[in-house]
Amino acid sequence: MNGNHIHLTLNIWRQETPSSKGNFEEYKQNVSPDASILEILDEINNHLEAEGKRPIAFESDCREGICGTCGLVINGHPHGPLPKTATCQLHMRNFNDGETLYIEPFRAAAFPVIKDLIVDRSGFDKIQQAGGYVSFNTGSAPDANNILIPKQIADLALDAAECIGCGACVAACKNSSAMLFVAAKVSQFALLPQGQSERYERVQAMVKVMDENLFGSCTNTYACEAECPKGISVSNIARMNREYIVAQLKTEELAH
Amino acid sequence: MGWFTTFTRSSIGKKFIMALTGSLLMIFLIIHFIGNMMLYFGPKAFDTYVDTLETIKPLIRVIEVLLALIFIFHIYNGLKLWYENKKANPKKYAVNGSRENTDIYSRTMAITGVTIFVFLIIHLSTFWATFNFGVHPNTEYPYYTIVTHWFQNPFYSLIYIIGMIVLGYHLNHAFESAFQTFGWNHKRYTPLIKKIGTIYALILAIGFASIPIYFFLMGGK
Repeated sequence: MNGNHIHLTLNIWRQETPSSKGNFEEYKQNVSPDASILEILDEINNHLEAEGKRPIAFESDCREGICGTCGLVINGHPHGPLPKTATCQLHMRNFNDGETLYIEPFRAAAFPVIKDLIVDRSGFDKIQQAGGYVSFNTGSAPDANNILIPKQIADLALDAAECIGCGACVAACKNSSAMLFVAAKVSQFALLPQGQSERYERVQAMVKVMDENLFGSCTNTYACEAECPKGISVSNIARMNREYIVAQLKTEELAH
Repeated sequence: MGWFTTFTRSSIGKKFIMALTGSLLMIFLIIHFIGNMMLYFGPKAFDTYVDTLETIKPLIRVIEVLLALIFIFHIYNGLKLWYENKKANPKKYAVNGSRENTDIYSRTMAITGVTIFVFLIIHLSTFWATFNFGVHPNTEYPYYTIVTHWFQNPFYSLIYIIGMIVLGYHLNHAFESAFQTFGWNHKRYTPLIKKIGTIYALILAIGFASIPIYFFLMGGK
């Protein structure tokens, strides 16, 4: 196993509390090319704990790229330099022997650092609670395919629904804008018949909460689309803009 | 708050104002451009064109006031967005990855915008002021002479050339971005819009910048 190990210098962000200053600490590590970046952090933590030091705090859950919990900025790229890949799916074979990596938390006023690499993403929860739902009647389950949806529309809605809410779009954006996330959530429901009852209230409510939670606005640089681990398209942002503008014209009495 | 205030204070509303005022300014630039091209048809053609504008001066004044208002809205709103966005993203990364995932035109909108504003002040305080208040009535083709006079100064010509390159950068992103903000994004025509935007920016930047170069090199002859 030792034969094909590569040597990396890892500069990892350490920050004790939300208010403390924080700084990079250097760790020199021999790593297996098959290990993921989170597994390297696990290894470093084993060493640190053995030495009686405080381990590096970071978030992860499924480790198969679908939950959106992990999220580190590696060399200036949220989820690392590989396109359409979550942090947990980023393996060390993508790096060269002797390379230096900078591993940082997502940086945005809306995502304050809690500890080391963990940030508070509750701003996203608040946006979701404001409108990321549909109303339906409880009782017996409705028949499948009861409501007919054209294939192309279903595809678009599912493409938007691929968003895992990880926050990489905010982390990548020079304005820390949450537009791609909110646009994906708005689009996924606006496209489908099930989402029509709250359609125009939803977009207004979600944008309102987005603006209240320190997220910036969109300059159409499209860094979000480039860094999104699920490849959510910025055409969803255009759709949200459309929905929002139409909402002003259609539902004056609903405007907050 | 009424719905209109809510709209204009929202992030999407502010972007909408940027796109709307920006689009109006882009239309104005086309008209300005066509007027400027009269310079290439000689002193007579250019002065006849300016004299035609003089005959409808009251209308021109109204348009000027509207243009000033649009400019002020665009600049004020742009600076406000820039400030708010700085506040939303106060800490930078150790390694800057934005070069790889964005283009320079979109990243530099604020700085190119401010540069164009400085250029606009220079432009208005020299050209616009002389055209409106500094014309010598006894000269043959007074307006053409003014242009010749200003662009004989190499430093002044250089300011114009730099100003137009910056304008080109600003417009290249502006055109496409306005469509996206209005919600017009489509697989079929978005690539076309991007191309038209680049062609528009190139024609305007090169066309406008060719005037100081032409007049400086040829001395207006």
